[in-house]
Order: sequence, then structure tokens, then C-alpha cells
Amino acid sequence: MTNKQNFLQGMKNGIPICLGYFAVSFAFGIQAADINLSPFQAGLLSLLNVTSAGQFAGLAVIASAGSYIEMAILQAIVNLRYLLMSAALSQKLTPETPTFHRLGIAYGVTDEIFGISVMRKGALSPYFSYGATLVSVFGWVSGTVLGASAGAILPQRLISALGIALYGMFIAIIIPPARESRPVLITVVAGMVAATIFTYAPVLRALSGGMRIIIVTVLVAGAAAYIWPVEN
Amino acid sequence: MTHSVYLYILVMAAVTYAIRALPLTLIRKEIKSKFIRSFLYYVPFATLAAMTFPAIITSTDYVSSACIGFAAALILAFRRQSLIVVACGASATVLIAELILGFM
Repeated sequence: MTNKQNFLQGMKNGIPICLGYFAVSFAFGIQAADINLSPFQAGLLSLLNVTSAGQFAGLAVIASAGSYIEMAILQAIVNLRYLLMSAALSQKLTPETPTFHRLGIAYGVTDEIFGISVMRKGALSPYFSYGATLVSVFGWVSGTVLGASAGAILPQRLISALGIALYGMFIAIIIPPARESRPVLITVVAGMVAATIFTYAPVLRALSGGMRIIIVTVLVAGAAAYIWPVEN
Repeated sequence: MTHSVYLYILVMAAVTYAIRALPLTLIRKEIKSKFIRSFLYYVPFATLAAMTFPAIITSTDYVSSACIGFAAALILAFRRQSLIVVACGASATVLIAELILGFM
């Protein structure tokens, strides 16, 4: 396949991702506007980050005027999974793939783009990644900007309903693997229970939303790794 | 101390990009530690679960409609529906639930 064919194939495979991103980032834009980010700021945030869970968690830090250190640690923890995906993708590239292509592919490492990239037969062409990333990010950024600007003129009923969209996406990511694996299921339930305790229990509830997610993640994932080490 | 939105965005972007770029460019060998590999494997599940619940309960205007939407999302996800179907299905369920509850 030529570079152009790979690019076009990537764009085509990116269309469903683009649609899904649009719906979710629209909800993100509404929430960003809720804490007084302008449509430009929200769009810039989406363009530079392209990470639903990380951006969503980041809004909580901005809203509570948390420190930049807290923001950095939170992003590192929430987006830690990209470390694994990036490592896996490095094995899909030919060894002679130049560094600038590796840096380009890195920008588009998300759950969904990683998913379609790692499924490619044979070596991964950087141009496939670029095509998929371009289309997906277009949906992600335009949805954010529209949500942040038009969110204000939408009926309140609709805004209320869209508020749950991001959580729906998180559930769609974690539940199918939880069906397959008991340790994953227990990890998911334990994460929810621990987050509930940290949200409402005396003393613990004083922690910011960001620190809560970090502590619960390290405790629960650490315990799961200790009890059920993953083979290979 | 006041915080700049742009500085927040920059910190987020720098950390997130570094995480994505470092393994692709630097790490060529497999991670040896079984514990670290296992920990990394469980991280997304623990994080996303902690971010979803209990926050989802207050994500809409009414706790009751959010609970119904939560249930709808769980059912759809258990049936292995795609991200967009689960996200939109949960939203549509909340919308319908609030319209019905609004008339009661």
C-alpha cells in the first residue's frame, strides 16, 4: 500500500471514532463551559490533549483551583494506560521507523485509535495513524467547541441528559473486559466502592477530586496486581 | 495565587504527550517486573471505575434520572455495545426518564 492509500484507509476507519468522539466531546464542552472556560480554551484543551478521562479529570482540578503539581500527577495517573498502549504500538512499527514519525503517532494514542491501529495486519504505517487521528481529532475538537458555545442555548433537559454521556463511555470501556475476567470485575467494583467511601466518609472527603482518583487508583490497581498478577 | 487556564492546559498537554511519546521513542525492551506490568494492566479499570461512580449519580439534574441512565449504560455495555451506543443510549434514557418524571 502507498502512503496515500494508508492515509485514506486511516481516515475511513476513523469515521466511526469521529462520530463517537463528537457526542462525548459535546458533553465535555458543556462541562467546560460550566466552569467558565471559553469555547476557544475548551477547544484548545481538546486539541492538545485528546483524552476523555484525562480532560474530564482535569476540569475538576481547574474548577477547584488545584495546584499545577496536582494536575501533573493526576494526568500522569489517569493517562498511565497510554504508556502501555504506546509500548505496544512501538512493537507494531518497523525498527527503522524514524523518530519524527514515532513522535507523530504518539499524539494520537487514544483507546480507540490504538484499538484500530493495533488490529492492523503486519507493520503499522504512520500514515494510517495520521489519517485516523486527523478524522478523530476533528470530531473531538469540533464537538468540544460546539458544546462549549451552543451548550448555553440548548434546552436544560438536553444538557442534563448529555451530562451522563462521558460516564456512559467510561462504562462502555470497562464493562466488557469485566465480563471476561473476574479480577477485572472485582477491580471495577472495588474502584467504585473506594471512590464512594473517599467521597462521603468524614476526613477523607476533604481530599480534592483529583487526589481521590489518584489514591483510589494506586490502592485498587496495586492490590489487584498483588493478588492477581497478570501472566505475560 | 491565581491559576491560569492556559498554564493548566499546557501542563496537561505536556504530561499527557510525554506519556504517549516516551515508550514509542525510547523503550524498546519489554518491561520485566511482573508487578509493574500487572499494575499497569489494572490501572485503567480502577481509574475509570473511580471516576464513574459515585460521580455519575450527580451528572444529571436528578439523582433518579441519573440512576436510570446508569442502569441503561450498564445493560448496554454488558451487551457489548459500542462506545457511542452506550453513551447516547444512557443520554436518551435520561431524557426520556426526565420527561416522564416531569409529568408525574
